[in-house]
Amino acid sequence: MSTFYFIAFLSIFFSILVITAKNPVHSILYLILTFFTFTIHYILLNAQFLAIVNFIVYMGAILVLFLYTLMLINLNKDSEPVKPFMVKVAGVFGGGILAVALASSLKLVAQSNPVVLQNPELGLVKNLGKVLFNEFLLPFEVSSVLLLSAMVGAVLLATKDPKTAA
Amino acid sequence: MGTDLIFRIVLIVIIFLISLVVAMYSTYAERKIAAFFQDRIGPNRAGPWGILQPLADGGKMFLKEEIIPTNATPFLFIVGPCLAILTACIGSAVIPWGQKMVVGGHTIDLQVTDINVGVLYIFGVVSLGVYGVMIGGWASNNKYSLLGAIRAASQNISYEISMGLSIIALLMLTGTLSLKEIAEQQHGANWNVIRQPLGFILFIVCAFAETNRTPFDLPECETELVGGYHTEYSSMKLGFYLFAEYINMFISSAVMATLYWGGYNYPGMDWVTAHVGPAIGPLIGTVVLFAKIFLFIFFFMWVRWTIPRFRYDQLMDLGWKILIPLAIGNIVLTGVVSTALKHFGF
Repeated sequence: MSTFYFIAFLSIFFSILVITAKNPVHSILYLILTFFTFTIHYILLNAQFLAIVNFIVYMGAILVLFLYTLMLINLNKDSEPVKPFMVKVAGVFGGGILAVALASSLKLVAQSNPVVLQNPELGLVKNLGKVLFNEFLLPFEVSSVLLLSAMVGAVLLATKDPKTAA
Repeated sequence: MGTDLIFRIVLIVIIFLISLVVAMYSTYAERKIAAFFQDRIGPNRAGPWGILQPLADGGKMFLKEEIIPTNATPFLFIVGPCLAILTACIGSAVIPWGQKMVVGGHTIDLQVTDINVGVLYIFGVVSLGVYGVMIGGWASNNKYSLLGAIRAASQNISYEISMGLSIIALLMLTGTLSLKEIAEQQHGANWNVIRQPLGFILFIVCAFAETNRTPFDLPECETELVGGYHTEYSSMKLGFYLFAEYINMFISSAVMATLYWGGYNYPGMDWVTAHVGPAIGPLIGTVVLFAKIFLFIFFFMWVRWTIPRFRYDQLMDLGWKILIPLAIGNIVLTGVVSTALKHFGF
């Protein structure tokens, strides 16, 4: 349990650093650390497959692309747009209201019963595969079609229109 | 439990030392092989046949002046090479180096840890390896370094896809993600390369790209980018980057040997183990595994001194338009053939 609290502290600590870092590249690096702590959370929950997929997909691919894009665009103090005063006031006001709402909802929180897993081995890759391909086959396949359509859309956006290109 | 832990720590230290020594002597082997291919002699001054050359090089690296450029981000500039060498070293944790050894009643597992998603772990470590290059290249605050880092990122991501797809075809046959079980399935001469020849070719091409070796060493292409991502590095920080490349080569050779070329298995291993006993038999398997690894390292070097570097657009064309369709075709072919064989009762 103490491991959980330590890792949870790290997750929150790094995610706060993500939004407070001045340099966008530093902020992405903190985000990578945040995702790394998520991976540890998954391992603590005995979900090895999810942990390693989170590791490969988020840390190894998506955040590399984030970093890649941020390195290409020249973000510095000179090019950053200065926001008008009223926008800042509205931002502080909106954030304050959100904080109040969160705090008041926390007051109503009751402690839930501890969740008992029917099968503690559920997160292992063999069981996860069986569940995905038996119980949840249709949603699984539909989500793959969704991803495919997103990919086709991206390719369509990236290719030049043959009429205008010529 | 206590002795098991001690054995494991000893194994980790041994593997770590072996990786470092292999990486050191790979630099020597590379120079000797390059010399052979170019009809030269190569390093021959330090010790007999120049055998002490890597030590001399290491000493030189340590004693050189350390320079951190004024405009660099100092912390990240140091983190870059550390991350590169760290990710290079942790890949060896899941590789089975041999069968279980029985010495004086103790069973010694020649694998640091057998996690049931071992293949994915290797894959994760590989995909993490690019951060060392990217962070170092960006923190140097130099155009050439940045271009090298960006090339490394896009190259690694592109080739990871076809690498993953080529592994999927293999996993369809093995039915497990654990490297230990994959190695055990290839007992004797029942090696996966016989069933997955195309998958292996795709995998080795991607391994070249992932380790930034010629013909895909665009991130450090000196004709265009001075030194690529390590232009600004000096002293042992440069040494770490160069070392990481050789350790990566060692680990990817070990992975290829385990996944496709039978790992520690060799024909007639049962007969040998029955004759020399359960203490020495597995060690012979380990020696066989290392022989395979060294053959692959030789192949890496052979290709480097034979094939010229690709142009960047050719690299991307090869990755996206040739390797990925081939890998998907391989998956379909594997599925159809294995289902047909099962259906007709083989």
